[in-house]
Amino acid sequence: MSQGNTMDDNEWPLYEVFIRSRAGLSHRHAGSVHAADSQMALDHARDVYTRRNEGVSIWVVKSSEIIASDPADASAFFEPAADKIYRHPTFYEIPEGVENL
Amino acid sequence: MTSDQALTRYLLRLGDNALILAQRLSELVASGPELEEELATANFALDYLGQARMFYSRACELEGAGRTEDDMAFLRGEREFENLLLLEQPNHHFGDTIVRQVLFDSFYLLQLEALINCGDQGLADIAARAHKEIRYHLRHSSQWLVRLGDGTDKSHARVQESLHRLWRYSGELFDGDAVDEILRQEFNGPDLVSIREQWRAGLQTLLATATLTVPEDQWMDSGGRQGRHTEHFGYLLAEMQYLQRSFPGASW
Repeated sequence: MSQGNTMDDNEWPLYEVFIRSRAGLSHRHAGSVHAADSQMALDHARDVYTRRNEGVSIWVVKSSEIIASDPADASAFFEPAADKIYRHPTFYEIPEGVENL
Repeated sequence: MTSDQALTRYLLRLGDNALILAQRLSELVASGPELEEELATANFALDYLGQARMFYSRACELEGAGRTEDDMAFLRGEREFENLLLLEQPNHHFGDTIVRQVLFDSFYLLQLEALINCGDQGLADIAARAHKEIRYHLRHSSQWLVRLGDGTDKSHARVQESLHRLWRYSGELFDGDAVDEILRQEFNGPDLVSIREQWRAGLQTLLATATLTVPEDQWMDSGGRQGRHTEHFGYLLAEMQYLQRSFPGASW
């Protein structure tokens, strides 16, 4: 993902683009576009990311509005989950005779 | 002129409009104001090019003389093209390009809307497909017109000037001849008088939002339907047809 808040005054702000590829799926991050306002961001996202029939719905959000985790915090954020295998359903054996769990 | 001849010529004119505008917009590839806007412009050019191919193919089918869409695009002379003069006008600055788009697409959308119900199924099908593309084009260029018109003092002044400069080519949009008349009467084609009213009403609303002034109706240029072009057209055609003229039958 590109940096959102380092634009100087001469450049259009950056927007992150999320595309829903078909009904029932969730929007996924596709990339980013520059645009002067939100409607232009939608148009640009449409023209850059859906020209080969990739989507049925688009979200755009200003990159500067996204609050992201700090890579420096990665070990504190994510590593504690690594050794907690009992949080996965596959850790548990299904007792005999239980159907439809 | 038989009704089929009129229909063929009408289709050729639609093809010419689309092709010439596609060519003009293609000139902006690699020199757009922003990367994303350039891609949008290229998309639009490709949409028009696709429409031109469909109009030409249907015209060739009706003509039955063995000519193809390529013959229409690359092997006809200046006087044989019957596109609207507005569309051959140079891109100049971005405001000129946007005004040209708005003036034409707001007309073209109404024209296509009427053609969806016309008496020729081939044409009706193309119109239905093109209509969706043009609705998006108009949305995009209308937003730009408002952004420029209601933007800074400089952008407002420049786009207002574009509007004045191109206005003289807007009369021709509705300046129908015998071909349009036959289309209307025998194929349930567009009624240019009512389209003109709708076009004006829509444009007035848009221009008011963009804080722009509708120009006074002055002397209007015309002649595109008869193959009489402005001085810019020969250069456009020379560039567009160069390859086929220099290397006849070249393909890849």
